[in-house]
Amino acid sequence: MGANVDKTDHRNLGTKLTPEWFDHMNVNRSATERRTASYGGRRTVKKQWQAAWLVQAVRCIDLTTLAGDDTEGRVRRLCAKARQPIRADIKEALGLGDMRITTGAVCVYPTMVGHAVRALEGSGVPVASVATGFPTGLTPLPLRLAEIKYAVEQGAAEIDIVIAREQVLTQNWEALYDEVVQMRAACGDAHMKAILATGDLRTLSNVYKASMVAMQAGADFIKTSTGKEDANATLPVSLTMLRALRDYGDLTGETVGFKPAGGLKSAKDAMLWLIMVKEELGLRWMQPDLFRIGASSMLGDIERQLEHHVTGRYAASHRHTLA
Amino acid sequence: MNAIKDILNTMEYGPAPEANAEVKEWLGNAKSGFGHFINGQFTSTESAELFTVTNPATDEVLAEVAMGTSADVDAAVKAARTAFDKWSKTPGHERAQYLYAIARHVQKHARFLAVLETMDNGKTIRETRDLDIPLVARHFYHHAGWAELLESEFPGTEPLGVCGQVIPWNFPLLMLAWKIAPALAAGNCVVLKPADLTPLSAIAFAEICAEVGLPAGVVNIVQGNGETGALICGHEDVDKVAFTGSTAVGRRIREQLAGTGKRLSLELGGKSPFVVFEDADLDGAVEGVVDAIWFNQGEVCCAGSRILVQEGVAKAFFAKLRKRLETLRIGDPLDKTMDVGAVVSHVQLGRIQALLDTGRAEGGTLWQSEMRLPAKGSFCLPGFFTDTEPSSTVSQVEIFGPVATTGTFRTPAEAIELANNTRYGLAASVWSENINLAIDVAAAIKAGVVWINATNIFDAGAGFGGYRESGFGREGGREGMYEYLASAWEKALPEAKAVLPFAPVSTPVADGKAGADDGIDQTAKLYIGGKQARPDGGYSYKVLGKSDKQIGLAGLGNRKDIRNAVEAAAKVKSWGNATGHNRAQVLYYIAENLSQRASEFEALLVASTGASANAASEEVAISMRRIFWYAAQADKFDGAVHATKSSHVTMALNEPWGVMGVACPDKMPLLSFISMVFPAIAMGNSVVALPSQRHPLVATKLYQVFETSDLPGGVVNIVTGETDALVKTLAEHDDVAAVWYCGSQQGSAMVEEVAGGNLKATWVDYGRPRNWRNPLQGQGRCYLRRATQVKNIWLPYGA
Repeated sequence: MGANVDKTDHRNLGTKLTPEWFDHMNVNRSATERRTASYGGRRTVKKQWQAAWLVQAVRCIDLTTLAGDDTEGRVRRLCAKARQPIRADIKEALGLGDMRITTGAVCVYPTMVGHAVRALEGSGVPVASVATGFPTGLTPLPLRLAEIKYAVEQGAAEIDIVIAREQVLTQNWEALYDEVVQMRAACGDAHMKAILATGDLRTLSNVYKASMVAMQAGADFIKTSTGKEDANATLPVSLTMLRALRDYGDLTGETVGFKPAGGLKSAKDAMLWLIMVKEELGLRWMQPDLFRIGASSMLGDIERQLEHHVTGRYAASHRHTLA
Repeated sequence: MNAIKDILNTMEYGPAPEANAEVKEWLGNAKSGFGHFINGQFTSTESAELFTVTNPATDEVLAEVAMGTSADVDAAVKAARTAFDKWSKTPGHERAQYLYAIARHVQKHARFLAVLETMDNGKTIRETRDLDIPLVARHFYHHAGWAELLESEFPGTEPLGVCGQVIPWNFPLLMLAWKIAPALAAGNCVVLKPADLTPLSAIAFAEICAEVGLPAGVVNIVQGNGETGALICGHEDVDKVAFTGSTAVGRRIREQLAGTGKRLSLELGGKSPFVVFEDADLDGAVEGVVDAIWFNQGEVCCAGSRILVQEGVAKAFFAKLRKRLETLRIGDPLDKTMDVGAVVSHVQLGRIQALLDTGRAEGGTLWQSEMRLPAKGSFCLPGFFTDTEPSSTVSQVEIFGPVATTGTFRTPAEAIELANNTRYGLAASVWSENINLAIDVAAAIKAGVVWINATNIFDAGAGFGGYRESGFGREGGREGMYEYLASAWEKALPEAKAVLPFAPVSTPVADGKAGADDGIDQTAKLYIGGKQARPDGGYSYKVLGKSDKQIGLAGLGNRKDIRNAVEAAAKVKSWGNATGHNRAQVLYYIAENLSQRASEFEALLVASTGASANAASEEVAISMRRIFWYAAQADKFDGAVHATKSSHVTMALNEPWGVMGVACPDKMPLLSFISMVFPAIAMGNSVVALPSQRHPLVATKLYQVFETSDLPGGVVNIVTGETDALVKTLAEHDDVAAVWYCGSQQGSAMVEEVAGGNLKATWVDYGRPRNWRNPLQGQGRCYLRRATQVKNIWLPYGA
């Protein structure tokens, strides 16, 4: 199974709400942190392996703009970058001239979806839209569901919903489950990523439990953060989610994707998360249909590293096109 | 090949070798081999016998190193002795500066040392780079601090002199640091012998000593094998021996040193339990196993090598463990992506494989990684056994390789029982999210280090060392410093005098009635388990008072009486778990009741020892004061919370040994008995006491006091008779954890020799009499330290 695996259109079917799969769960933060602190020391990639891994990271990026000042022009520039994330001469030098390499998706607000869809026409790059009162998820449920439908109508192929943190903080799993099930229904054919906003959930046990409920409710991806909480994707949070995902897979046979977002800025971050995914879940989850990195500035750093790999000279950012 | 396009399909890691050109160059420069480091100089190898050092990962020869002879050891000890004079008087601040400089230089050469250690030992570069070498630097920093603070923090102590130190091959430079840093901080000089399999990082360390200008002779490194080690341990001018290695060799050293007066600390083998409760973070615990038994190829004395899992989650846990094995990477230890490197030698690999064969032959199922091993080098596939029972060979003996045994339990009580079902007691790991449960289990496991929801965490600020046959003494922290310091008073005791032999004149046991024509003559029984007991042999012996006039009879105890007394002492559970306050109350009460009968004891002392009335009255008075002092200490000899790592509570508990044997001298029979028994019971031990053989009635009279003072039966057991005969049985007894002996030089030697059986801790006087009257000699915290062992419980925390 390689990187060329076609995106499956497989959807997570979900289950009924099954609290006994997570009720008992107590995640030990110290032990989790010890494990995540060791990835960088236990694994590394060098030379052409590093270059390949960086290219793979690019293919997994959800190139994102989620700012109040987003405009059509800004979105078009981002989409252009998503179509051609690696400068052609570098791509050539890496021996990948004949390969179509794009980012995993472009991720925008619902009102920007139309611009993005037009800009990406024919590229094969899907448009992902945040929805459901992003980033806090505190608008009334009918509006949140309507927002999903709007984004889907605009052409979004992936919807990044946010969960209501209140339901996790009060352990109201039924309410959480019911809402996410309705959101999943509203998504229709669009794949649903459930943003857990782990920075608000605080404890790793909450993260684990919220992951499980989201998956039981049919999330195709679980995603760490909106990028707007004061703590973004961290390795301990990510590991906890990967473990939940693995347990869910063991219990159901389903494959669910994982998306860390917010705070991943460097090529080194990309390597660390890829290492973790490989160690915990293996090659299958290193593909863009099951692994995405929500990022905006990371791509620039990866491009510089790739140029260094090709030329042996350290690169400057102004030699790479803006997203 | 290896085109980026192909790699995209496999997403393999690819090779990531650590460069080793600098180390190769350094090795290449030693064309005629490496000599010893004696008196600040490397010795010539010209006429030396050399041994070969190989890289266990490649089987390539790395170097030739001189084999230490007795002449080399003599020269090194002499250099250390000469240097000691000045070094021991060097102000602590100056010694601190040297240790600080060593720490800094270790950091400056960190990568070189890491690469060298990996090539010499076979352990992965990740471990040498991220664990071994940073801990080495940390150890010297920490002990630079102790050197600075020695005078204020350790008043009344002195350095020991020349320390002979023998270290193992599993953590070569780290073990060197654990040995040398505290020794130097305390003002000692050392002669250290690295393992012959891994001598190289010690040579680089010697270069650092020269680099920082450490005075010649303070650190001496003599290379060689076990014979060289024995020469160092046995050298007559060595004052202290510190050994880390196998229990078998530790026992030989204990016996070799018996009666020499050399101080000894031993850090030996282990078969440490790794206990997983059903409420544990199982994924966290699986990673714990990785850090426990698959760390350093399992060549770790404190490795969690006996995995015990609660039955309800055992299946799930073992499934996760099997899955985890699949991603473990074994191979070239210089490759930065490896988890497991090479076992130290082919001989060691052979030992491991033989034990794995035994494990399978006895019905164990071995689960191993399926990674392909390099063609060369001594590599062993990591794994674990299922279907092993406590009775399986592999569950009992150290494999010292990357394979754990497993078992299951039903209840916390059973977990504790299984965890403690071993002759070792080095470390333990407890996994539960229930703090109530976890700390209870940590307290109940007999081990010097217990990690809760963690494993193999080390820091220079916390003591490390074992219970039971894992040795005695601690390395690291305040408790570790005491291993390199002597009480000034003990060093200054007068030389041993010849002791008059004592042969009890026995008579059949009288009918239990005192033949009391003057109200004093009496027949005392033994006191066992809170009851007066007739001696098993059915004989008593004559107790002679002043002018050799018979003043009574005492039971002539024998082996079986010792057996019964130890059994009674071991049965006592409530005393050690009682609060210090409870114990203090009983002790105060004993003092009170003793004071009410002071005149009886005074009269008995006069009659028995011929002491003047004044002297007898003083002895009783001091005895009462001493009981008060230990009662006062019962709830005050606190442990500590060590400052180690952030988000970790590291609790150093002063735990009682359990059963202690105490053999008292003839001098001041009441006071010496009180002085030796009361610190032991104040700390929660139960005691088998052998009172003065010549004046036993003073002690046996005490049991009447005990009986009226609510002292639980079995806490103090008194066996009268010929001390040296009885103490031999006591010192041999495997259920006795520590023995104190004050008597003759020969008796001291005998106690130390037979104590090697279960490696119990001993404290003997080598026939050098104490002045019991003097509170500096007859009481103090040094007694309490000797009556306890330090357990460090590590509790990481995080919401």
